[in-house]
Amino acid sequence: MNKPFHKRHCEAFAPTPASYSETREFRLNPAQVCVYFFLLFVSVFCLPSSSYAVDVSIHGFFQGNYSLGTRSNPDDGDFKWAEERVQLKLDVNKEPFHLFLKTDAFYDNIDRKADMELREGYADYTSGKWDLRLGRQVITWGVGDLIFINDVFPKDYEAFFSGRPLEYLKKGVDGIKIGIYPDIASVEVIAIPIFEPNNYPDSKRFYMFDPMPNVTNREEKDPASNFENTEFALRAYRDIAGFDASIYLYRGFYRKPYMIPDNINNTTKITYHYPKLSVYGASLQGRALDGVLSFEAGHYDSRQDRAGTDYTAPNSQTKALIGYQKQLREDFTIGLQYYTEYMHDYSEYKKNQPSGLPKDKKLYQLSTLRLTQLLFHQTLRLSFFAFYSPSDRDYLLNPEIKYNFSDHVWAAIGGLIFGGGEKWSQFGQLAKNDNVYLQLRYEF
Amino acid sequence: MKKAVTVLTAIILVLISSAVSFAVSAEEVMKKSQAAFLYQGKDFKARVMMRLISKGGQERIREMTMLRKNFGEIGGDQKYFMYFFQPADVKDMTFMVYKYHGKDADRWLFVPAISMVRRIAAKDKHSSFVGSDFTYEDVSGRNLQEDAHSIVKEEKADGKDCYVVKSAPKAADMEYSYKMSWIDKTTFLPLKEEYYDKKGELYKVFTAMEIKDVKGFPTITKRSMKNLQSSHTTEVSYSKTDYNIGIDDSLFSERFLKQPPKKWIE
Repeated sequence: MNKPFHKRHCEAFAPTPASYSETREFRLNPAQVCVYFFLLFVSVFCLPSSSYAVDVSIHGFFQGNYSLGTRSNPDDGDFKWAEERVQLKLDVNKEPFHLFLKTDAFYDNIDRKADMELREGYADYTSGKWDLRLGRQVITWGVGDLIFINDVFPKDYEAFFSGRPLEYLKKGVDGIKIGIYPDIASVEVIAIPIFEPNNYPDSKRFYMFDPMPNVTNREEKDPASNFENTEFALRAYRDIAGFDASIYLYRGFYRKPYMIPDNINNTTKITYHYPKLSVYGASLQGRALDGVLSFEAGHYDSRQDRAGTDYTAPNSQTKALIGYQKQLREDFTIGLQYYTEYMHDYSEYKKNQPSGLPKDKKLYQLSTLRLTQLLFHQTLRLSFFAFYSPSDRDYLLNPEIKYNFSDHVWAAIGGLIFGGGEKWSQFGQLAKNDNVYLQLRYEF
Repeated sequence: MKKAVTVLTAIILVLISSAVSFAVSAEEVMKKSQAAFLYQGKDFKARVMMRLISKGGQERIREMTMLRKNFGEIGGDQKYFMYFFQPADVKDMTFMVYKYHGKDADRWLFVPAISMVRRIAAKDKHSSFVGSDFTYEDVSGRNLQEDAHSIVKEEKADGKDCYVVKSAPKAADMEYSYKMSWIDKTTFLPLKEEYYDKKGELYKVFTAMEIKDVKGFPTITKRSMKNLQSSHTTEVSYSKTDYNIGIDDSLFSERFLKQPPKKWIE
């Protein structure tokens, strides 16, 4: 499916592309992984280890992860996800340096193939007033709970909708991050020379809305990796009257692909592109009303369509959220969020949106509820998370039970239930993809 | 003569009552105990090993480094920094607490798997610390003004002279109706605490199992909390305990929450 003309770019959850189904994951071939390890070992053993201790540790897990759809997939398969996976985390410390590698190897039972991916791999240098991280790294910004305004970094929505552990929702970026810590505020500056888009569900496994299902000729155009296209992101943060305050700036690209048909009246080919984007935002989080209160806002400046007249790129938007979490009694916590997106130049959007295609509302709204109950000395966790859009009237429900059998073994069983709204709305289009998932992990 | 007897009786009564009301007040004892138990030194560090033992004998381990720094006077603000080694699913997590006098603490948790720092909404009084039998309050202390304290008696515990102090929460929102503390008269450390529920039945017992002198500060290096109703016990032992190590204020920041410095956490 694709919602090519669907301009909403709710980073909260925007299922997209599907007919463009080539999976984009950080996968390394085994040779590349070997090179990484070789370089790492060389660097470890080249350090003068006689007088300075080099601290090396290896941890990781074995994991089985399976997700069964309540109905057959578009390609008649039953599983949305079925894999066994091993992760190794290698930490090498010799202050002021730190090396970290997180590598996964897995067997995909659906496509019957084994592969490897480098999840993270970076080197740190730490000095008194500044530090630096170079390499593949996961960056998480903002104060939303599964709603992302200023977290402009790549996500894997396929992982989330397939019932994979939450950490797989975040993808790493290949870049450099510099932290500067003067007394007045802390600052993080990030440069990302290689563009990484979001990953969306596979159209073979997920039913999704596609306005042009008959057009099979599709291609994708990533921003070229050159200096001009290098993404920059900045966050400055400090305490203001007991609240954690941050401002955010970003200059780069939408990570969701938008379609350009070769001819809107008789489309034979669709090209996917990632329009230019700048984001200016801020957040506040602190203790209030006997709980934790969060605010976040951001202005999405769609640099390729500032007038709002180009239907192949989204209009500029202003996004905001308010969140509140509170412990109601021992080991029971509730979290509430309300989120809204306001589309600028809406009249231009309406005028230029090709007829016969779904139209976004001027004001999109989304609310969330999270309930978490811990039991038996916090070894059993019952949780419930719900998205509900008051404007689109669609929803996603995610109940989950997680139990730690021991300090090393845990299992989680959960469900993902989608529905409501329209056949093209965010969660409504996923209505036929309800699934039940199992995560089973041995950690060491 | 009759008058003399009356005066003598009065004097004896005064003497007896003053003996019963003791030399120090219960508030003073608890304040000194708080200072000895939770505010010793300018700063403090320990490698903390917690064993959570279930009724059936199954053990779970929580191992962390705990760093604490005082800001202001005894009973005042403190900051805590914790780094988790075990169990494996929380390894490398860090946890930071800004504790204030008279209001709920600020808490932040760093989750390395998604590189996220987030605030935790939790109440000191009603939250188990990492699933153990200790609450946050047991770990970082309780505001003394929230309880009415009285010295009930003096007796020996573990062969040491103790004040036995009864502390009853003024508000009704606590799990226990009152607590009895055996406070060592010399070190002012609590050697034993008994918690009584709303029905007046004993249900939770704290025991100081080992006390060592660290840089001149008597320190409880082994302790346990046993829940008599669930038969669940938590045993805690400290190693690498140290005081006045010069922890910099800047440690208690998001920067180091994300990248805990080896020299402090090892």
